[in-house]
Amino acid sequence: MAKAAARKTAPAASPSVERRPALAGRSTTAAGVKVEVLPPAERMSLRAPEGSVAALSKALGVTLPNKPKTSASKGGRTALWLGPDEWLVIDEAGNDPLADRAKVSALHSAVGVSHRNIAISVTGAGAAATINAGCPQDLSLEAFPVGAASRTILGKTEIVLLRTANEAFRVECWRSFSDYVFTFLSEGSRDAAV
Amino acid sequence: MSGAFRIPGAGRFKQAKTARFSFDGQSYTGIEGDTLASALLANGVHLVGRSFKYHRPRGILSAGAEEPNALVEIKRDAARKTPNVRATVQELYDGLDAQSQNRWPSLSFDLGAVSDIASPLLSAGFYYKTFMWPKAAWKSLYEPKIRAAAGLGVSPDQPDPDHYSSRYAHCDVLVLGGGAAGIAAALAAAETGVRVILADEQAEFGGSLRFESGAKIDGQDGFAWAQAAVAKLAAMDNVRVLSRTTAFGYYAQNFVALVERVSDHLKAPGHDLARERLWQVRAKRVVLASGAIERHMVFADNDRPGIMLAGAARTYLNHYGVAVGRNVGVYTANDSAYAAAIDLKKAGVNVAAIVDLRDNPTGPVIDEARALGIEVNFGRAVIRAGGKLRVSSMTVQPKNGGGERTIPVDAILMSAGWTPSVHLFSQSRGKVAFNDETKRFVPGTYAQDCVSVGACNGTDGLSATVDEAYAAGAKAAKDAGAKTAKGNKPKVDASESWSRGMLGAAPGAGPDTTVKAFVDFQNDVTAKDIRQAVHEGMRSIEHVKRFTTNGMATDQGKTSNMHGLAIAAEMLGKPIPEVGLTTFRAPYTPVTFGAIVSHARGPLFDPTRRTAIHPWAEAQGAVFEDVGQWKRAWYFPKAGEDMHAAVDRECVAVRKTAGLFDASTLGKIEVVGPDAAKFMELLYTNPWEKLEPGRCRYGIMLREDGFIYDDGVVGRLAPDRFHVTTTTGGAPRVMNHMEDYLQTEFPHLNVWLTSITEQWAVIAVQGPKSRDIIAPLVEGIDMSDEGLPHMSVREGKICGVPTRLFRMSFTGERGFEVNVPADYGQAVWEALWAEGQKHGAAAYGTEAMHVLRAEKGYIIVGQDTDGTVTPNDAGLDWAVGKKKADFVGIRGMARPDLVAKGRKQLVGLKTKDPKVVLEEGAQIVEDPKQAIPMKMIGHVTSSYWSENCGRSIALALVAGGRDRMGDTLYVPMPNGVIEVEVTGMVFFDETGGRLNG
Repeated sequence: MAKAAARKTAPAASPSVERRPALAGRSTTAAGVKVEVLPPAERMSLRAPEGSVAALSKALGVTLPNKPKTSASKGGRTALWLGPDEWLVIDEAGNDPLADRAKVSALHSAVGVSHRNIAISVTGAGAAATINAGCPQDLSLEAFPVGAASRTILGKTEIVLLRTANEAFRVECWRSFSDYVFTFLSEGSRDAAV
Repeated sequence: MSGAFRIPGAGRFKQAKTARFSFDGQSYTGIEGDTLASALLANGVHLVGRSFKYHRPRGILSAGAEEPNALVEIKRDAARKTPNVRATVQELYDGLDAQSQNRWPSLSFDLGAVSDIASPLLSAGFYYKTFMWPKAAWKSLYEPKIRAAAGLGVSPDQPDPDHYSSRYAHCDVLVLGGGAAGIAAALAAAETGVRVILADEQAEFGGSLRFESGAKIDGQDGFAWAQAAVAKLAAMDNVRVLSRTTAFGYYAQNFVALVERVSDHLKAPGHDLARERLWQVRAKRVVLASGAIERHMVFADNDRPGIMLAGAARTYLNHYGVAVGRNVGVYTANDSAYAAAIDLKKAGVNVAAIVDLRDNPTGPVIDEARALGIEVNFGRAVIRAGGKLRVSSMTVQPKNGGGERTIPVDAILMSAGWTPSVHLFSQSRGKVAFNDETKRFVPGTYAQDCVSVGACNGTDGLSATVDEAYAAGAKAAKDAGAKTAKGNKPKVDASESWSRGMLGAAPGAGPDTTVKAFVDFQNDVTAKDIRQAVHEGMRSIEHVKRFTTNGMATDQGKTSNMHGLAIAAEMLGKPIPEVGLTTFRAPYTPVTFGAIVSHARGPLFDPTRRTAIHPWAEAQGAVFEDVGQWKRAWYFPKAGEDMHAAVDRECVAVRKTAGLFDASTLGKIEVVGPDAAKFMELLYTNPWEKLEPGRCRYGIMLREDGFIYDDGVVGRLAPDRFHVTTTTGGAPRVMNHMEDYLQTEFPHLNVWLTSITEQWAVIAVQGPKSRDIIAPLVEGIDMSDEGLPHMSVREGKICGVPTRLFRMSFTGERGFEVNVPADYGQAVWEALWAEGQKHGAAAYGTEAMHVLRAEKGYIIVGQDTDGTVTPNDAGLDWAVGKKKADFVGIRGMARPDLVAKGRKQLVGLKTKDPKVVLEEGAQIVEDPKQAIPMKMIGHVTSSYWSENCGRSIALALVAGGRDRMGDTLYVPMPNGVIEVEVTGMVFFDETGGRLNG
């Protein structure tokens, strides 16, 4: 094999190929509900023991929540509590949380999962009913207030659910399940007027 | 006109619209608000079906969900045919088309009725006794014949075009049953502000207030009060009111399943409207207000059309304005039938006589009946009904014997008393208790946070019911966290009061063995059958039930269980509670498969997972195969190519130039933390501590028992970071397996696992030209053999996007696996494809991938292994760290039987005739001439035509295989014996030089 083929080149400033997010731009509307695929976001799966939480919170600019079913949000960055030592950090402002925590020496694991998940928003008066077509969680405002977050199920798939407003949810799922999840939510939305 | 039996001024549908419908092709007119049953009765139609076993003509017994007889087929169109719909539940809509069932050629002349004449041969336990011999006849004759003759209705034969929806809901107080009790409980709970759901199976709330003309609450007619109260509840934000909704299953932790019939009552349901909606409700407290069901009297020929429950007749009159006859008889052991007689008499229907089995009952209803001039007979029994397609008379006799008297009637109203509906309570695992005084099973010991109120709790009288229910509703709300209560208890101004009844067979039910006195109408079980079961030795009620099938029809014995139990108890000479009650099981009433399946059909039956590169493969005309939930490109046929031609071409291209393969579905796990290497040491057989960052290793994972569980290439990205790959199908279970061990066995390790399967799209580029294809697109990685040797990994960029570039091979050729963030997968693939075209590269699918790896003897876990194969069996001893002190499976691997001689070992097989391709799974023998059954010494695990080798190749598990090199073995097949030679597992490039070629 020729050595020429193994040459190094200077890093390019931007990708020469286009990003093609799953289901890009898809949306559907039913009475009182809109289901739409959200644009890409930066995401990080963060695992850390209690002793590292303060340092990580500082580096990330958002206080990592420590209560089940909660999230914390600041400047377009949201940290969702998924387990006693687990958070999903979503940044919609274009900043990379992975880079922000790179200098933290406290014990932790950070893995980039920006492309693993896609997000679907469900909004409107029938949003909770749409999701409850396949999600057994109590989505009343008392039990699942704005900011509540949970790793749960929708039909036969796992989702991460975040309530962003009284009548708005963000549904995160893995990329290859997004077609199923979107279709399920579309079906659910048809029946959400009740 | 809406029927000759509609009584002007009676009923609640004063300005209702008419609705035309047909039954068995005959057109009728009813009114909107009718059930099919009330509309048929309004037209004087009582004969609506034939019974299950004897094909006896049957009428309408009830006015509700307990109906055992009036089961019809409702047809909307060719695809929408629903069998076994209870006419008493189906609401009428204009154009409804109903057909009777279980009759041929017609309902009034049914040849199947010959089984009624032959009934002595068809007694209890008949199926168990009759169709035993000869054995062969079971499959060819008995089973298909019984199947054709038995069963009710015909299954739809087209896919169901309707859709069904589902909804999870939570509430503080769930009230099941919307009669006076349920409404009172819901009001009390709702007034506190807690979340309440009130459900009732009927179209309209009110329960028995539908027929109780004597009830007055808060100064209103009972039914009118119910409507006003429910309207008030429905308007409250914290209340959800569900009509036409049956709670059919009560599960653990107050989880209740309900089905709502959304559109079965509509003439033309819109396309968006679900047919049914499944509700799955988690409630803090449940109030059971399920009421009571009236029992029939058990006497000879008590199943003739026109004989019905007294409460039902009253419902048809007071709610639907329909008289069930013009000259009715009443047979009772309880006061409630008197109220029916009185209401009918007042409406102008002649009541020929009331026959009361009791000796000297007293009470206001009896006085009122007499005052209206109705003949009342005490201490007498109806011993027989006359008529066939419609009752024509009742024969009365003093209950201790004496002269018979036959009274002409066109309907008989009967009541043996009321059975509390404890079905849901029993499903909740509550234990019922027998009240000896009232002869009723009522809720005894509770197992869940629920409470029973009203008739289902054995509470008699409307006033007591409302008091009890209101208090229970308030308490349920308080227990569920309510702080305040502000409301007024409904005041019962007038109500009816009924006393007891009787259980078991009345004098007219035998002991004569030819008498048909039905206990269970739907399953054609008579009093005689129950007696016979006891005669034949059945002692447990569970055995009596199964032997006679009493209570085993789709109505689950709502009217028959207590009678059956009482007859059995009498025969056994034991008190009823000692004989015991059979278990109530879900569903309370039949539930459609559609409702249970709800959204999970078509594309939502199971998730279909597609890779980021899928659209490209699809556009290229790839044929896909299912691998778990994934769609994987199987092969890429060009015009005119069949599968073999395509696979041969793809295999040759990879070895000649290069091939591109979508490996995105491979499971990927990022193992991160200071103890990552320690963890890897424990989970895999291989050593990892000394693997340098930037290098890869093929890893094997065992189960505790020492057998291979999964395999894959692992790259070390940093001292504390590994990029682990797993098999496609194994990804979720490997993750669980690792997480399980991490949390339970090795919790002291500072390491975390993150699934990155979907973060990275993976493009395998394999073949002598692979580096030439990749290199022009890569930045920041030294692509030389020194810079990026075989089994190494680098992070850099390709096409300007981040990549984890693996140098590895599953083909035996120089190879790479390009990992890029999934959203860039297709674009990077296209860029690589464009480069590949300059060199003549091909896209290849999973089939070519399988052939190429088999040519090199690389195993596939799950194909060449089956959960009983050790690393040594698979010839992978080299991948087991000899100096390691511990890893999952190390002790299992040392078990005596796993190190014994003669174990099946993975070897190669070459057929003597190179053109013959073995069948995967085929058995292998040493001597094909031995007698059958032959001794099988192994089987073929992988077998392909290899275009690169110019012959067939196969892998096989063979006992002592590695000691048989060069031996000839035999594969017996239906068309002859195939001779094979045992070989090593590598068929191509044995020295492995092409990895750097």
